[in-house]
Amino acid sequence: MTQPVLNQYDVVKYSRIYALGAARGDLTVTNDDIAGPIDSSDEWIRQRTGIVTRKRASKDLSLMDMAVDASNQAIKAAGIDPQEIGAVIFSTITHPFQTPSAAALLADKIGANPAPAYDVSAACAGYCYGIAQADALVRSGMAKYVLVVGGEKLTDFIDPTDRSISFLLGDGAGAAIVGPSDFPGISPTVWGSDGSHWDAVSMTSSLLDFRDGSAAWPTLRQEGQTVFRWAVWEMAKTARKALEVAGVEPEQLSALVTHQANIRIIDELAKQLKLPESVVVARDIVTTGNTSAASIPLAMHALLESGEVKSGGLALEIGFGAGLAFGAQVVVLP
Amino acid sequence: MAFSQAEVLAGLAEIVNDETGIATESVQLEKSFTDDLDIDSISMMTIVVNAEDKFGVKIPDEEVKNLITVGDAVNFIVSAQG
Repeated sequence: MTQPVLNQYDVVKYSRIYALGAARGDLTVTNDDIAGPIDSSDEWIRQRTGIVTRKRASKDLSLMDMAVDASNQAIKAAGIDPQEIGAVIFSTITHPFQTPSAAALLADKIGANPAPAYDVSAACAGYCYGIAQADALVRSGMAKYVLVVGGEKLTDFIDPTDRSISFLLGDGAGAAIVGPSDFPGISPTVWGSDGSHWDAVSMTSSLLDFRDGSAAWPTLRQEGQTVFRWAVWEMAKTARKALEVAGVEPEQLSALVTHQANIRIIDELAKQLKLPESVVVARDIVTTGNTSAASIPLAMHALLESGEVKSGGLALEIGFGAGLAFGAQVVVLP
Repeated sequence: MAFSQAEVLAGLAEIVNDETGIATESVQLEKSFTDDLDIDSISMMTIVVNAEDKFGVKIPDEEVKNLITVGDAVNFIVSAQG
């Protein structure tokens, strides 16, 4: 009996982002609305974070509702049949079930059943992790199209009296369709993690402590100064590396789309990269707040919708956050 | 060559001026970064990183909270030099 020669996937040379979709929380929350419990003011919050208003979801608007909305927009704009989606990747830290995944339910709700579907837990780097995996799945031939969603309902995990991070946070979902391309549309990804700073952005306690009654409902916290130093100076190195492996000079970018963590981080990071004024720096945080995994696709979608950047231009996208996890790649704007 | 206390103070004053616009002559040893100079935690971290570059020292995150006055920072930098 002769040993059969196995079939393997036929590789595809290039991938690109076909289209984006965006859904934000239905409430516009001002600084004055939240300043009381943190003994703060509109001026203090604007000065330290750049946030004027943030979008938050009301009780009846779920993470899944926003993810379905953003995904359906992206599928429609890409002009594909959802049955052609070969994988659904949902980056989130706020899906309120340990299992099953949010991605499996999302895949069913958008008509992509029985596509493989799984969640990614990489916090604010989650969208870039998702794009990295989608790029690999498409180019390996494992999937024709991949749906990547970064979505969060962070307000389920905040403490109104917390001065470290809660007041920054908003809710939303951004979606991207990645598929095969005639030209290179997604550069190699520079990504990684540093678990030696596992506590720098974290929860106040575990779910087990909450179950046992020894802790209150877990909410997000961060060590602001540690995170600021890492997010600016370490991420500047990551951004420069991403440009280098992409073969792109800073002046060739149309846009810098960072995770929308804090305007001070965004501005200092842009300064470290010495970007010329021709490069548009995404500042969606001003009206949306920090939406973790959703912030990059929401910010990119906003730049395209407003006409500040055009389809076909190059954008450096860089996500960074709890883990500490980070990921960066240059993409051709859809 | 190690920087003297006066050189570190002068260099730090320039860094503070770059980041915040505060006049260099206002940056004096007894001044508190937060109470007197009104420097917030994010600006403080930018000053720390620029001081590390300028003076070739490491200022760990956990040390930054102990740098209450300009003098605390100057003394830490002077003693941290190789």
